[in-house]
Amino acid sequence: MCCICKEKNATVHLTQIAGEKMQKVDLCEECAKTKGVNDQTGFSLADLLLGLGASQELEQSVGGLDAKCPQCGFTQADFKKSGRLGCSECYVTFAEGLGGLLKSMHKGTKHVGKVPENLRTKRDITELLSALQKKLNKAIESENFESAAQLRDEIKQVNAQFAAATA
Amino acid sequence: MPSLLQQQPNFIMNLDDFLVSAAESAHRKGPNDRIVMSSRVRLARNIKDGAFPGWAKKPERVRVLEVIRPAVENLPEMNGAFSETMDNLSALDKQILVERHLVSREHAAKSAGSGLVINTDETLSVMINEEDHLRIQALRPGLAIRQAWQAIDRLDSELERKLTYAFSNELGYLTACPTNLGTGIRVSAMLHLPGLVLGEQINPIIQSVNKLGLAVRGLYGEGTEALGNVFQVSNQMTLGETETSIVERLEKVLAQIIEHEENARASLLEKKPKTMYNHIGRAYGILANSHSISSKETMNLLSLLRLGVEVGLFPKTDGSLVDELFILTQPAHLQKSHSGKLSAEERDLLRADMLRERLKPVSRPVIKPGGSTMPGVDKSDKS
Repeated sequence: MCCICKEKNATVHLTQIAGEKMQKVDLCEECAKTKGVNDQTGFSLADLLLGLGASQELEQSVGGLDAKCPQCGFTQADFKKSGRLGCSECYVTFAEGLGGLLKSMHKGTKHVGKVPENLRTKRDITELLSALQKKLNKAIESENFESAAQLRDEIKQVNAQFAAATA
Repeated sequence: MPSLLQQQPNFIMNLDDFLVSAAESAHRKGPNDRIVMSSRVRLARNIKDGAFPGWAKKPERVRVLEVIRPAVENLPEMNGAFSETMDNLSALDKQILVERHLVSREHAAKSAGSGLVINTDETLSVMINEEDHLRIQALRPGLAIRQAWQAIDRLDSELERKLTYAFSNELGYLTACPTNLGTGIRVSAMLHLPGLVLGEQINPIIQSVNKLGLAVRGLYGEGTEALGNVFQVSNQMTLGETETSIVERLEKVLAQIIEHEENARASLLEKKPKTMYNHIGRAYGILANSHSISSKETMNLLSLLRLGVEVGLFPKTDGSLVDELFILTQPAHLQKSHSGKLSAEERDLLRADMLRERLKPVSRPVIKPGGSTMPGVDKSDKS
Protein backbone atom coordinates (compact mmCIF):
# COMPACT_ATOMS: atom_id res chain seq x y z
CA MET A 1 0.00 0.00 0.00
CA CYS A 2 1.30 3.43 -0.96
CA CYS A 3 1.97 5.48 2.16
CA ILE A 4 1.08 8.80 0.53
CA CYS A 5 -2.22 8.26 -1.28
CA LYS A 6 -3.02 5.14 0.81
CA GLU A 7 -5.01 3.82 -2.12
CA LYS A 8 -2.85 2.16 -4.73
CA ASN A 9 -0.45 -0.72 -4.44
CA ALA A 10 3.10 0.35 -3.67
CA THR A 11 5.60 -0.63 -6.31
CA VAL A 12 8.47 1.67 -5.33
CA HIS A 13 10.16 0.78 -2.05
CA LEU A 14 12.76 2.99 -0.44
CA THR A 15 14.63 2.72 2.80
CA GLN A 16 15.76 5.84 4.56
CA ILE A 17 18.39 5.80 7.25
CA ALA A 18 18.77 8.95 9.30
CA GLY A 19 21.42 8.58 11.99
CA GLU A 20 20.43 5.41 13.78
CA LYS A 21 16.85 5.44 12.59
CA MET A 22 15.65 3.55 9.59
CA GLN A 23 12.45 4.37 7.80
CA LYS A 24 10.77 2.48 5.02
CA VAL A 25 8.87 4.39 2.35
CA ASP A 26 6.49 2.55 0.05
CA LEU A 27 5.10 4.50 -2.86
CA CYS A 28 2.81 3.76 -5.80
CA GLU A 29 4.00 4.55 -9.31
CA GLU A 30 2.07 7.82 -9.45
CA CYS A 31 3.08 9.24 -6.08
CA ALA A 32 6.68 8.28 -6.75
CA LYS A 33 6.52 10.36 -9.91
CA THR A 34 4.91 13.38 -8.24
CA LYS A 35 7.44 13.17 -5.41
CA GLY A 36 10.16 13.21 -8.00
CA VAL A 37 11.60 9.82 -7.11
CA ASN A 38 12.13 8.95 -10.75
CA ASP A 39 13.31 12.42 -11.66
CA GLN A 40 17.09 12.08 -11.58
CA THR A 41 17.76 15.81 -11.31
CA GLY A 42 15.35 16.93 -8.61
CA PHE A 43 15.54 13.96 -6.32
CA SER A 44 18.39 13.04 -4.03
CA LEU A 45 18.84 9.35 -3.42
CA ALA A 46 21.70 10.35 -1.16
CA ASP A 47 19.22 12.07 1.13
CA LEU A 48 17.01 9.02 1.26
CA LEU A 49 19.88 6.61 1.75
CA LEU A 50 22.12 8.60 4.03
CA GLY A 51 19.64 10.81 5.86
CA LEU A 52 18.12 14.16 5.04
CA GLY A 53 20.65 16.93 4.64
CA ALA A 54 23.43 14.58 3.52
CA SER A 55 23.62 16.03 0.03
CA GLN A 56 23.32 19.59 1.33
CA GLU A 57 26.30 19.08 3.57
CA LEU A 58 28.36 17.96 0.62
CA GLU A 59 27.19 20.85 -1.51
CA GLN A 60 28.22 23.44 1.05
CA SER A 61 31.77 22.20 1.18
CA VAL A 62 34.33 23.77 -1.14
CA GLY A 63 33.57 23.56 -4.83
CA GLY A 64 29.85 22.94 -4.45
CA LEU A 65 28.21 20.55 -6.85
CA ASP A 66 30.87 21.10 -9.50
CA ALA A 67 33.78 19.70 -7.49
CA LYS A 68 35.18 16.79 -9.43
CA CYS A 69 37.35 13.83 -8.47
CA PRO A 70 40.60 14.09 -10.47
CA GLN A 71 40.93 10.31 -10.47
CA CYS A 72 37.55 9.20 -11.81
CA GLY A 73 35.64 12.35 -12.81
CA PHE A 74 32.89 11.78 -10.23
CA THR A 75 31.13 14.95 -9.01
CA GLN A 76 29.24 15.86 -5.87
CA ALA A 77 26.14 16.10 -8.05
CA ASP A 78 26.65 12.42 -8.91
CA PHE A 79 26.86 11.65 -5.22
CA LYS A 80 23.65 13.53 -4.63
CA LYS A 81 21.92 11.36 -7.19
CA SER A 82 23.28 7.97 -6.21
CA GLY A 83 24.41 8.17 -2.58
CA ARG A 84 27.54 6.24 -3.67
CA LEU A 85 31.06 7.46 -4.45
CA GLY A 86 32.99 6.97 -7.70
CA CYS A 87 36.33 5.57 -6.54
CA SER A 88 38.54 5.28 -3.46
CA GLU A 89 40.20 8.62 -4.29
CA CYS A 90 36.79 10.35 -3.93
CA TYR A 91 37.22 10.02 -0.16
CA VAL A 92 40.17 12.42 -0.46
CA THR A 93 38.50 14.72 -3.01
CA PHE A 94 35.30 15.10 -1.02
CA ALA A 95 36.85 14.71 2.44
CA GLU A 96 35.49 17.97 3.75
CA GLY A 97 31.89 17.37 2.78
CA LEU A 98 32.00 13.77 3.95
CA GLY A 99 33.36 14.58 7.40
CA GLY A 100 30.07 15.65 8.95
CA LEU A 101 28.22 12.89 7.20
CA LEU A 102 30.47 10.20 8.62
CA LYS A 103 30.17 11.65 12.10
CA SER A 104 26.39 11.35 12.08
CA MET A 105 26.45 7.94 10.46
CA HIS A 106 29.06 6.04 12.45
CA LYS A 107 30.30 5.48 15.96
CA GLY A 108 33.53 7.36 15.22
CA THR A 109 35.39 8.90 12.31
CA LYS A 110 38.67 7.02 12.73
CA HIS A 111 39.12 3.41 11.66
CA VAL A 112 40.08 1.14 14.56
CA GLY A 113 39.48 -2.26 13.00
CA LYS A 114 41.46 -4.64 10.85
CA VAL A 115 44.47 -3.40 8.86
CA PRO A 116 45.81 -5.32 5.83
CA GLU A 117 48.90 -7.29 6.87
CA ASN A 118 51.28 -5.76 4.31
CA LEU A 119 50.30 -2.25 5.43
CA ARG A 120 50.62 -3.31 9.04
CA THR A 121 54.15 -4.59 8.39
CA LYS A 122 55.00 -1.44 6.49
CA ARG A 123 53.67 0.74 9.29
CA ASP A 124 55.47 -1.25 11.97
CA ILE A 125 58.76 -1.17 10.06
CA THR A 126 58.50 2.55 9.42
CA GLU A 127 57.98 3.09 13.12
CA LEU A 128 60.90 0.84 13.99
CA LEU A 129 63.19 2.62 11.52
CA SER A 130 62.39 6.05 12.84
CA ALA A 131 63.08 4.86 16.41
CA LEU A 132 66.44 3.38 15.37
CA GLN A 133 67.35 6.55 13.48
CA LYS A 134 66.70 8.63 16.60
CA LYS A 135 68.95 6.34 18.65
CA LEU A 136 71.65 6.58 16.00
CA ASN A 137 71.54 10.40 16.01
CA LYS A 138 71.87 10.39 19.78
CA ALA A 139 74.80 7.99 19.65
CA ILE A 140 76.60 10.16 17.10
CA GLU A 141 75.91 13.26 19.15
CA SER A 142 77.44 11.65 22.22
CA GLU A 143 80.30 10.33 20.10
CA ASN A 144 79.42 6.77 21.02
CA PHE A 145 80.73 5.41 17.72
CA GLU A 146 80.70 1.77 18.69
CA SER A 147 76.98 1.84 19.38
CA ALA A 148 76.42 4.05 16.30
CA ALA A 149 78.05 1.46 14.06
CA GLN A 150 75.86 -1.23 15.59
CA LEU A 151 72.73 0.84 15.03
CA ARG A 152 73.77 1.63 11.46
CA ASP A 153 74.04 -2.13 10.74
CA GLU A 154 70.71 -2.74 12.37
CA ILE A 155 69.02 -0.10 10.20
CA LYS A 156 70.61 -1.65 7.14
CA GLN A 157 69.20 -5.03 8.12
CA VAL A 158 65.66 -3.72 8.75
CA ASN A 159 65.74 -1.89 5.43
CA ALA A 160 66.74 -5.09 3.66
CA GLN A 161 63.94 -6.97 5.43
CA PHE A 162 61.50 -4.26 4.40
CA ALA A 163 62.61 -4.45 0.78
CA ALA A 164 62.20 -8.24 0.85
CA ALA A 165 58.75 -8.03 2.46
CA THR A 166 57.40 -5.54 -0.04
CA ALA A 167 59.03 -7.06 -3.12
CA MET B 1 53.58 -22.98 -10.05
CA PRO B 2 50.60 -24.86 -11.51
CA SER B 3 49.17 -23.32 -14.64
CA LEU B 4 45.66 -21.90 -14.71
CA LEU B 5 44.68 -24.39 -17.37
CA GLN B 6 45.39 -27.31 -15.08
CA GLN B 7 43.21 -25.84 -12.40
CA GLN B 8 40.25 -25.07 -14.61
CA PRO B 9 38.48 -28.45 -14.26
CA ASN B 10 38.23 -27.84 -10.52
CA PHE B 11 35.51 -25.26 -11.06
CA ILE B 12 31.91 -26.19 -11.56
CA MET B 13 29.95 -24.04 -13.97
CA ASN B 14 26.56 -25.72 -13.76
CA LEU B 15 24.55 -24.55 -10.79
CA ASP B 16 22.24 -27.59 -10.80
CA ASP B 17 25.20 -29.93 -10.39
CA PHE B 18 26.63 -27.76 -7.67
CA LEU B 19 23.95 -26.75 -5.17
CA VAL B 20 23.02 -29.26 -2.47
CA SER B 21 19.37 -30.30 -2.43
CA ALA B 22 16.87 -28.32 -0.37
CA ALA B 23 16.53 -31.40 1.86
CA GLU B 24 20.26 -31.52 2.58
CA SER B 25 20.37 -27.77 3.11
CA ALA B 26 17.45 -28.01 5.58
CA HIS B 27 19.21 -30.78 7.52
CA ARG B 28 22.21 -28.61 8.36
CA LYS B 29 22.10 -27.97 12.07
CA GLY B 30 23.62 -25.22 14.16
CA PRO B 31 23.51 -23.94 17.73
CA ASN B 32 20.16 -22.43 18.75
CA ASP B 33 18.66 -23.11 15.33
CA ARG B 34 15.16 -23.32 16.78
CA ILE B 35 15.29 -19.54 16.74
CA VAL B 36 18.41 -18.50 14.85
CA MET B 37 18.04 -19.92 11.36
CA SER B 38 21.43 -18.73 10.13
CA SER B 39 24.35 -16.37 10.79
CA ARG B 40 26.21 -14.34 8.22
CA VAL B 41 29.22 -12.03 8.17
CA ARG B 42 30.06 -10.10 5.05
CA LEU B 43 32.96 -7.77 4.28
CA ALA B 44 32.95 -5.05 1.62
CA ARG B 45 36.32 -4.60 -0.10
CA ASN B 46 37.62 -2.70 -3.13
CA ILE B 47 40.90 -2.92 -4.94
CA LYS B 48 43.04 0.17 -5.14
CA ASP B 49 42.89 0.73 -8.88
CA GLY B 50 39.65 1.27 -10.70
CA ALA B 51 36.39 3.07 -10.05
CA PHE B 52 33.73 1.41 -7.90
CA PRO B 53 31.41 -0.89 -9.92
CA GLY B 54 28.49 1.56 -9.92
CA TRP B 55 30.62 4.27 -11.55
CA ALA B 56 33.02 2.19 -13.67
CA LYS B 57 32.25 1.66 -17.33
CA LYS B 58 31.79 -1.91 -18.56
CA PRO B 59 35.34 -2.47 -19.90
CA GLU B 60 36.74 -1.40 -16.56
CA ARG B 61 34.39 -3.66 -14.64
CA VAL B 62 35.43 -6.54 -16.88
CA ARG B 63 39.10 -5.74 -16.24
CA VAL B 64 38.56 -5.67 -12.47
CA LEU B 65 36.61 -8.94 -12.65
CA GLU B 66 39.50 -10.54 -14.52
CA VAL B 67 41.94 -9.44 -11.83
CA ILE B 68 39.82 -10.53 -8.88
CA ARG B 69 38.20 -13.74 -10.12
CA PRO B 70 41.38 -15.85 -10.49
CA ALA B 71 42.64 -14.55 -7.13
CA VAL B 72 39.46 -15.81 -5.49
CA GLU B 73 39.36 -19.09 -7.44
CA ASN B 74 42.90 -19.93 -6.37
CA LEU B 75 42.19 -19.67 -2.66
CA PRO B 76 42.52 -23.07 -0.95
CA GLU B 77 38.96 -22.68 0.38
CA MET B 78 37.67 -22.42 -3.16
CA ASN B 79 38.90 -25.78 -4.40
CA GLY B 80 36.03 -27.30 -6.39
CA ALA B 81 34.04 -24.09 -6.11
CA PHE B 82 31.23 -22.86 -8.31
CA SER B 83 32.54 -19.94 -10.34
CA GLU B 84 30.64 -18.03 -12.98
CA THR B 85 30.09 -14.58 -14.45
CA MET B 86 26.65 -13.12 -13.90
CA ASP B 87 25.86 -12.80 -17.62
CA ASN B 88 26.20 -16.58 -17.93
CA LEU B 89 23.56 -17.29 -15.31
CA SER B 90 19.88 -17.52 -16.24
CA ALA B 91 17.33 -15.32 -14.46
CA LEU B 92 15.97 -18.47 -12.82
CA ASP B 93 19.37 -19.58 -11.50
CA LYS B 94 20.00 -16.11 -10.11
CA GLN B 95 16.67 -16.20 -8.31
CA ILE B 96 17.49 -19.66 -6.89
CA LEU B 97 20.71 -18.20 -5.50
CA VAL B 98 18.78 -15.34 -3.90
CA GLU B 99 16.32 -17.79 -2.34
CA ARG B 100 19.28 -19.73 -0.90
CA HIS B 101 20.74 -16.44 0.42
CA LEU B 102 23.95 -17.04 -1.52
CA VAL B 103 23.76 -13.76 -3.45
CA SER B 104 22.07 -10.44 -2.73
CA ARG B 105 19.11 -9.30 -4.78
CA GLU B 106 21.26 -6.45 -6.02
CA HIS B 107 23.90 -8.86 -7.31
CA ALA B 108 21.28 -11.05 -9.00
CA ALA B 109 20.38 -8.02 -11.13
CA LYS B 110 23.98 -7.75 -12.42
CA SER B 111 25.17 -9.02 -15.76
CA ALA B 112 28.43 -8.71 -17.74
CA GLY B 113 31.38 -7.55 -15.63
CA SER B 114 30.14 -9.17 -12.42
CA GLY B 115 30.92 -12.61 -11.07
CA LEU B 116 30.29 -15.10 -8.34
CA VAL B 117 32.34 -17.77 -6.56
CA ILE B 118 30.80 -20.15 -4.00
CA ASN B 119 32.72 -22.85 -2.10
CA THR B 120 31.62 -26.50 -2.13
CA ASP B 121 29.76 -26.57 1.16
CA GLU B 122 28.08 -23.23 0.37
CA THR B 123 29.43 -21.54 3.48
CA LEU B 124 31.52 -18.95 1.61
CA SER B 125 30.22 -16.78 -1.17
CA VAL B 126 32.19 -14.10 -3.01
CA MET B 127 30.35 -11.55 -5.13
CA ILE B 128 32.58 -9.67 -7.55
CA ASN B 129 31.47 -6.22 -8.71
CA GLU B 130 28.33 -5.95 -6.69
CA GLU B 131 28.13 -2.48 -5.12
CA ASP B 132 31.82 -2.90 -4.23
CA HIS B 133 34.52 -4.79 -6.11
CA LEU B 134 34.27 -7.53 -3.52
CA ARG B 135 31.53 -8.63 -1.21
CA ILE B 136 32.80 -11.68 0.62
CA GLN B 137 30.56 -13.52 3.04
CA ALA B 138 30.54 -16.49 5.35
CA LEU B 139 27.30 -18.26 6.22
CA ARG B 140 26.62 -20.70 9.05
CA PRO B 141 23.48 -22.50 10.17
CA GLY B 142 22.24 -21.47 13.63
CA LEU B 143 23.88 -18.96 15.93
CA ALA B 144 27.53 -18.94 14.87
CA ILE B 145 28.45 -15.35 14.24
CA ARG B 146 31.91 -15.63 15.75
CA GLN B 147 32.75 -18.68 13.62
CA ALA B 148 31.47 -16.90 10.52
CA TRP B 149 33.62 -13.88 11.34
CA GLN B 150 36.72 -16.04 11.85
CA ALA B 151 36.14 -17.83 8.54
CA ILE B 152 35.70 -14.63 6.54
CA ASP B 153 38.58 -12.89 8.34
CA ARG B 154 40.85 -15.74 7.22
CA LEU B 155 39.60 -15.61 3.62
CA ASP B 156 40.05 -11.83 3.59
CA SER B 157 43.63 -12.10 4.89
CA GLU B 158 44.47 -14.61 2.16
CA LEU B 159 42.95 -12.36 -0.50
CA GLU B 160 44.82 -9.27 0.67
CA ARG B 161 48.09 -11.07 -0.07
CA LYS B 162 47.07 -11.28 -3.72
CA LEU B 163 45.15 -8.03 -4.18
CA THR B 164 45.94 -4.49 -3.10
CA TYR B 165 42.91 -3.20 -1.27
CA ALA B 166 41.75 0.41 -1.21
CA PHE B 167 42.59 1.24 2.39
CA SER B 168 43.35 4.39 4.33
CA ASN B 169 44.85 4.48 7.82
CA GLU B 170 42.29 7.08 8.82
CA LEU B 171 39.09 5.68 7.22
CA GLY B 172 39.90 1.98 6.91
CA TYR B 173 38.57 -0.02 3.97
CA LEU B 174 37.15 2.38 1.39
CA THR B 175 33.70 1.42 0.11
CA ALA B 176 31.33 2.74 -2.57
CA CYS B 177 28.77 3.72 0.05
CA PRO B 178 29.96 5.69 3.10
CA THR B 179 27.65 3.56 5.28
CA ASN B 180 30.05 0.60 4.87
CA LEU B 181 33.27 2.55 5.40
CA GLY B 182 35.93 1.44 7.89
CA THR B 183 35.56 -2.22 8.68
CA GLY B 184 33.17 -2.85 5.77
CA ILE B 185 31.54 -5.44 7.99
CA ARG B 186 27.91 -6.44 8.11
CA VAL B 187 27.12 -9.04 10.75
CA SER B 188 23.64 -10.46 10.60
CA ALA B 189 21.46 -13.27 11.89
CA MET B 190 18.18 -14.55 10.53
CA LEU B 191 15.72 -15.10 13.34
CA HIS B 192 12.44 -17.00 13.44
CA LEU B 193 10.29 -15.15 15.97
CA PRO B 194 6.71 -16.45 15.83
CA GLY B 195 6.34 -16.26 19.63
CA LEU B 196 7.10 -12.56 19.76
CA VAL B 197 4.81 -11.88 16.78
CA LEU B 198 1.88 -13.90 18.18
CA GLY B 199 2.46 -12.41 21.63
CA GLU B 200 2.44 -8.94 20.06
CA GLN B 201 5.81 -8.10 21.59
CA ILE B 202 7.75 -7.80 18.38
CA ASN B 203 7.44 -4.03 17.89
CA PRO B 204 8.91 -2.97 21.23
CA ILE B 205 11.72 -5.48 20.66
CA ILE B 206 12.47 -4.04 17.20
CA GLN B 207 12.47 -0.52 18.64
CA SER B 208 14.89 -1.34 21.42
CA VAL B 209 17.17 -3.20 19.02
CA ASN B 210 17.12 -0.15 16.72
CA LYS B 211 18.15 2.04 19.64
CA LEU B 212 21.33 0.00 19.95
CA GLY B 213 22.29 0.95 16.40
CA LEU B 214 21.18 -2.36 14.91
CA ALA B 215 18.81 -2.73 11.98
CA VAL B 216 15.90 -5.17 11.78
CA ARG B 217 14.81 -6.19 8.32
CA GLY B 218 12.73 -8.78 6.50
CA LEU B 219 13.73 -12.12 5.01
CA TYR B 220 15.66 -10.88 2.00
CA GLY B 221 17.38 -7.89 3.53
CA GLU B 222 16.85 -4.23 2.94
CA GLY B 223 13.32 -3.11 2.15
CA THR B 224 11.73 -6.56 2.42
CA GLU B 225 8.80 -7.75 4.49
CA ALA B 226 9.15 -10.02 7.50
CA LEU B 227 7.50 -12.97 5.77
CA GLY B 228 7.11 -16.13 7.79
CA ASN B 229 7.99 -14.27 11.02
CA VAL B 230 11.60 -14.23 9.89
CA PHE B 231 13.64 -11.17 10.82
CA GLN B 232 17.18 -10.19 10.00
CA VAL B 233 19.14 -8.32 12.67
CA SER B 234 22.37 -6.62 11.65
CA ASN B 235 24.82 -3.88 12.61
CA GLN B 236 24.53 -0.50 10.87
CA MET B 237 27.71 1.31 11.89
CA THR B 238 31.02 0.17 10.48
CA LEU B 239 33.48 2.96 11.34
CA GLY B 240 35.01 3.73 14.74
CA GLU B 241 34.50 0.27 16.18
CA THR B 242 36.49 -2.95 15.84
CA GLU B 243 35.08 -6.02 14.11
CA THR B 244 35.29 -7.99 17.34
CA SER B 245 33.31 -5.45 19.31
CA ILE B 246 30.62 -5.35 16.59
CA VAL B 247 30.44 -9.16 16.65
CA GLU B 248 30.29 -9.24 20.45
CA ARG B 249 27.58 -6.59 20.61
CA LEU B 250 25.41 -8.51 18.16
CA GLU B 251 25.99 -11.73 20.09
CA LYS B 252 24.78 -10.08 23.28
CA VAL B 253 21.67 -8.65 21.64
CA LEU B 254 20.88 -11.97 19.94
CA ALA B 255 21.16 -13.84 23.24
CA GLN B 256 18.57 -11.46 24.65
CA ILE B 257 16.22 -11.79 21.68
CA ILE B 258 16.46 -15.59 21.94
CA GLU B 259 15.53 -15.39 25.60
CA HIS B 260 12.56 -13.12 24.86
CA GLU B 261 11.36 -15.46 22.12
CA GLU B 262 11.63 -18.51 24.41
CA ASN B 263 9.73 -16.63 27.12
CA ALA B 264 7.07 -15.50 24.65
CA ARG B 265 6.54 -19.09 23.51
CA ALA B 266 6.38 -20.40 27.08
CA SER B 267 3.98 -17.69 28.10
CA LEU B 268 1.71 -18.31 25.10
CA LEU B 269 1.63 -22.03 25.93
CA GLU B 270 0.82 -21.32 29.53
CA LYS B 271 -1.59 -18.43 29.24
CA LYS B 272 -3.11 -18.68 25.79
CA PRO B 273 -2.71 -22.29 24.68
CA LYS B 274 -5.96 -22.19 22.69
CA THR B 275 -4.80 -19.19 20.70
CA MET B 276 -1.56 -20.94 19.89
CA TYR B 277 -3.17 -24.30 19.02
CA ASN B 278 -5.70 -22.46 16.91
CA HIS B 279 -3.03 -20.72 14.84
CA ILE B 280 -0.99 -23.89 14.41
CA GLY B 281 -3.99 -26.13 13.72
CA ARG B 282 -5.31 -23.77 11.07
CA ALA B 283 -1.90 -23.47 9.49
CA TYR B 284 -1.68 -27.28 9.29
CA GLY B 285 -5.23 -27.48 7.93
CA ILE B 286 -4.61 -25.05 5.10
CA LEU B 287 -1.12 -26.28 4.18
CA ALA B 288 -2.22 -29.93 4.09
CA ASN B 289 -5.49 -29.37 2.26
CA SER B 290 -5.35 -26.34 -0.01
CA HIS B 291 -5.40 -26.53 -3.79
CA SER B 292 -3.95 -23.10 -4.49
CA ILE B 293 -1.66 -21.14 -2.21
CA SER B 294 0.64 -18.12 -2.65
CA SER B 295 4.27 -18.16 -1.55
CA LYS B 296 3.57 -15.43 0.97
CA GLU B 297 0.75 -17.35 2.68
CA THR B 298 2.86 -20.51 2.55
CA MET B 299 5.75 -18.89 4.36
CA ASN B 300 3.52 -17.42 7.04
CA LEU B 301 1.82 -20.78 7.63
CA LEU B 302 5.03 -22.82 7.49
CA SER B 303 6.35 -20.53 10.21
CA LEU B 304 3.45 -21.63 12.43
CA LEU B 305 3.98 -25.28 11.50
CA ARG B 306 7.65 -24.94 12.48
CA LEU B 307 6.50 -23.50 15.82
CA GLY B 308 4.09 -26.41 16.17
CA VAL B 309 6.90 -28.92 15.65
CA GLU B 310 9.09 -27.10 18.16
CA VAL B 311 6.46 -27.01 20.91
CA GLY B 312 5.77 -30.72 20.40
CA LEU B 313 2.42 -30.72 18.57
CA PHE B 314 3.82 -32.92 15.78
CA PRO B 315 5.83 -35.48 17.76
CA LYS B 316 6.61 -37.67 14.75
CA THR B 317 7.70 -34.88 12.44
CA ASP B 318 11.24 -33.64 12.00
CA GLY B 319 11.54 -29.86 11.83
CA SER B 320 13.86 -30.07 8.86
CA LEU B 321 10.87 -31.10 6.70
CA VAL B 322 9.38 -27.67 7.37
CA ASP B 323 12.68 -25.95 6.56
CA GLU B 324 12.93 -27.93 3.34
CA LEU B 325 9.41 -26.88 2.32
CA PHE B 326 10.32 -23.31 3.20
CA ILE B 327 12.96 -23.46 0.46
CA LEU B 328 11.09 -25.63 -2.07
CA THR B 329 7.90 -23.59 -2.12
CA GLN B 330 9.59 -20.33 -3.09
CA PRO B 331 8.91 -19.18 -6.65
CA ALA B 332 12.23 -20.00 -8.34
CA HIS B 333 12.65 -23.37 -6.62
CA LEU B 334 9.10 -24.31 -7.59
CA GLN B 335 9.76 -23.23 -11.14
CA LYS B 336 12.94 -25.28 -11.21
CA SER B 337 11.13 -28.47 -10.19
CA HIS B 338 8.85 -28.03 -13.18
CA SER B 339 10.00 -27.82 -16.78
CA GLY B 340 8.43 -25.00 -18.73
CA LYS B 341 7.59 -21.55 -17.50
CA LEU B 342 4.82 -21.22 -14.94
CA SER B 343 2.52 -18.27 -14.37
CA ALA B 344 1.96 -17.08 -10.80
CA GLU B 345 -1.45 -18.83 -10.76
CA GLU B 346 0.06 -22.08 -12.01
CA ARG B 347 2.76 -21.84 -9.36
CA ASP B 348 0.10 -21.49 -6.66
CA LEU B 349 -1.58 -24.70 -7.83
CA LEU B 350 1.72 -26.57 -8.05
CA ARG B 351 2.79 -25.29 -4.63
CA ALA B 352 -0.46 -26.54 -3.06
CA ASP B 353 -0.01 -29.95 -4.75
CA MET B 354 3.50 -30.25 -3.40
CA LEU B 355 2.48 -29.24 0.12
CA ARG B 356 -0.44 -31.71 0.23
CA GLU B 357 1.82 -34.48 -0.98
CA ARG B 358 4.72 -33.75 1.35
CA LEU B 359 2.48 -33.20 4.38
CA LYS B 360 0.58 -36.49 3.88
CA PRO B 361 2.76 -38.38 6.37
CA VAL B 362 2.38 -35.57 8.92
CA SER B 363 -0.55 -36.41 11.17
CA ARG B 364 -2.81 -33.79 12.77
CA PRO B 365 -1.43 -31.80 15.68
CA VAL B 366 -1.57 -33.66 18.99
CA ILE B 367 -2.42 -31.61 22.05
CA LYS B 368 -0.54 -32.99 25.04
CA PRO B 369 -2.68 -33.97 28.03
CA GLY B 370 -2.69 -31.09 30.46
CA GLY B 371 -1.86 -28.67 27.69
CA SER B 372 -5.33 -27.22 27.89
CA THR B 373 -7.60 -27.61 30.89
CA MET B 374 -10.44 -25.27 30.08
CA PRO B 375 -12.17 -26.16 26.85
CA GLY B 376 -13.02 -23.23 24.68
CA VAL B 377 -11.40 -20.33 26.49
CA ASP B 378 -7.87 -19.32 27.30
CA LYS B 379 -7.07 -18.65 30.92
CA SER B 380 -6.27 -15.02 30.44
CA ASP B 381 -8.17 -14.25 27.25
CA LYS B 382 -11.41 -13.07 28.84
CA SER B 383 -10.32 -11.40 32.00
